[in-house]
Amino acid sequence: MSDFEIVARSDFSDVTFSLEVRHPLMARAAKPGQFVIVMEHEHGERIPLTLADFDRDKGTITLVIQAVGKTTREMQQNCRVGTRLHALVGPMGIPSHIGAAKKVICVGGGLGVAPIYPQARAYKESGAYVIGVLGFRNKGLIFWEDKFRACCDELILCTDDGSAGIKGLVTEGIKQSISAHADIDEVVAIGPPIMMKGCAEATRPFGIKTMVSLNPVMVDGTGMCGGCRVKIGEVVKFACVDGPDFDGHLVDFDDLMARLGRFRPTEKAALEAWQESCRLRGGAGH
Amino acid sequence: MAKRKTIRTIPQARTPMPEQAPEIRITNFEEVACGYRLEDALLEAERCLDCPDQPCVRGCPVGIDIPGFIRKIAEKNFHGAYDVITDTNLLPSVCGRVCPQESQCEGVCTVGERLEPVAIGRLERFIGDRAIAEGWTNLPYIERNRHKVGVVGSGPAGMACAADMAKAGCEVTVFEAFQEPGGVLKYGIPDFRLPNSVVDAEIEKLRQLGIRFECNTLVGRLFTLEQMMGEMGFSAVFVGTGAGYPSFMGIPGESLGGVLSANEWLTRCNLMHGRDFPAYDTPLQPGKHVAVIGAGNTAMDAMRVALRVGAEKVTCVYRRSAAEAPARAEEIHHAQQEGIDFQWLTSPVELIGDEQHRVRAMRCERMELGEPDASGRRRPVPVAGSAFEIECDMVVFAIGTNANPILGQTSGLKLDKRGYIWTDDTLATSIAGVFAGGDIVTGAATVIQAMGAGRRAARAMKAYLGLRDTDAVYLAAPTDPAERLFGIPRRERGFARVHLPETAS
Repeated sequence: MSDFEIVARSDFSDVTFSLEVRHPLMARAAKPGQFVIVMEHEHGERIPLTLADFDRDKGTITLVIQAVGKTTREMQQNCRVGTRLHALVGPMGIPSHIGAAKKVICVGGGLGVAPIYPQARAYKESGAYVIGVLGFRNKGLIFWEDKFRACCDELILCTDDGSAGIKGLVTEGIKQSISAHADIDEVVAIGPPIMMKGCAEATRPFGIKTMVSLNPVMVDGTGMCGGCRVKIGEVVKFACVDGPDFDGHLVDFDDLMARLGRFRPTEKAALEAWQESCRLRGGAGH
Repeated sequence: MAKRKTIRTIPQARTPMPEQAPEIRITNFEEVACGYRLEDALLEAERCLDCPDQPCVRGCPVGIDIPGFIRKIAEKNFHGAYDVITDTNLLPSVCGRVCPQESQCEGVCTVGERLEPVAIGRLERFIGDRAIAEGWTNLPYIERNRHKVGVVGSGPAGMACAADMAKAGCEVTVFEAFQEPGGVLKYGIPDFRLPNSVVDAEIEKLRQLGIRFECNTLVGRLFTLEQMMGEMGFSAVFVGTGAGYPSFMGIPGESLGGVLSANEWLTRCNLMHGRDFPAYDTPLQPGKHVAVIGAGNTAMDAMRVALRVGAEKVTCVYRRSAAEAPARAEEIHHAQQEGIDFQWLTSPVELIGDEQHRVRAMRCERMELGEPDASGRRRPVPVAGSAFEIECDMVVFAIGTNANPILGQTSGLKLDKRGYIWTDDTLATSIAGVFAGGDIVTGAATVIQAMGAGRRAARAMKAYLGLRDTDAVYLAAPTDPAERLFGIPRRERGFARVHLPETAS
């Protein structure tokens, strides 16, 4: 029996949920910007998930998961308080560099809202003026607003349909902040690759340093498989040991997005097969 | 005593090992070589001359008493043979399968000067497998000391070091980042060459020695080497993390879909059971036409795995000729039997993709051999105007690995200019009490070389900790009261003091 017990779970929407897992050593070691690799069960795959939070006193780490593929949907179905993960290893990756920036914009989109939280908190703790820009598809998907309010000096919510905050993408929020503050030192953006690309393009004309956190396909997370290689300027880096944070202005996002899609047909087949077996078992396949 | 054997009186031909036929074995993951039966082993054991100079022992990186164990086989004392082997090598089933015997023990065998050398590896495997099947153990009586020793990485170097330190009485914990111990033996070597069940059985023996395995633990990130030596209370630490940071060539098209490292391919397939998808969740997406770049053992494994998971055509692309290929001769032979298309003296220059960003072909150039380079091998030189294309929908790079950067990033370890861990002659690193060995020190090498390094480091660690170097000699747990009182060895064996070569690489 593994040691990785789930001690709390909360569901943010019908596809997004968080798990709090007991792992005192990791809670002690974890730093903003790092990630873990999880195997839900013995036959599962190893999937990288960003460390959304950690509580050194309670000895727990928090993962925020979006149920999109077979593994994450299965986790949504099976991971309850009291159950255990088969494997959990980390923290992995180089922690985000929380520099001496005086004024930063922390941008989170969709699921990227979760991992941007520890960074926003770390910047606040280091004395920076923190502007949070969070993007969701609609009002119903918003989570952790109170947590962000507690560590951001300004918080801009953006929704695709305008049901909360400003209507539009996070890049709108970035533009607003930049026009309101001329002295932004750094932008940190985490979210889907297309969003991070948009953020990097939004800041490029102003020459504001923009860090992004990449999420390529990986197996081991320790530099061994090379599946997570990404093009940064002219060089190839392994996101798991050289990242996951990179300078957004140098990242080849088109290459990243193409590589993210390389297992899509197999993943789709796996999801369909699983849903089919769930239906047969009378389970709650989505 | 029987009359001494001579080269004329022994069986002249090497006893063949039963093998699966190529056309059958490419459809399964069962072992290619099925192992000696009892009569095969007895016959082959007769071929050892038990010669006085024992070159084989010197040819073995861990110095197994080879004539000693073969003598026991000939006497049908298989348990005894097992004891002799495991005094120096705890993983006979592994080494009997994957050691490059032709360049080690068998390469220098006296019989081999006139006839085919004694099949030492096959005999070792025979004994190891029999021990697993019958549950034999060779557990020494261990006098505990107060030292806690940490081992980073559960591959062959780590296992060998852990075993020696446990035998010396230390409390040993092995840390592994993957969910299962075994390192490259588990993720890198396919079942048809080394079944994972054999690795598990050998690891179980290490557990019986009292060694603890902590999986899912990434040393350097979860805690540092300095923390281990400090607050965590380890007296000494061995780092055997392997090299594993795969190399690519830097040619255009390497980020296309279907292009991957041999490590990724083999890990998905072996450790993560991708070949059993969808019963296991890890996707494999095998190609129909697979091109593998490189001609080492890893390349052979990658190609033969591809064949077994459904590739119609597998091509090996290597820029030098067959004579320079680093793989074991037997592996190349097996690959040829299975229908792999070898393109020697061929170097890829570009990978070409389709509109879905997936690889569809590899553009290559023919090479010819020029003057010898720094490695002593003749340097491949491109032939002008020889470019051609190989159709392929999957490309695997098996051209070697570089040093993994994690421990360098997170500790004060001194590294060499290529990023490998710097050690002195005793395998001590720049941090007091921390030792390192195997691929992370020497660059990619073989399983047995890594084990040799693990044992050399263990010896230095024992010296560092002020422990008596028990060497290969240790006593079985005393069962007889007289033994307990007087310390008389229960078994009489002519222990040769093991001589470990200065450099295992």
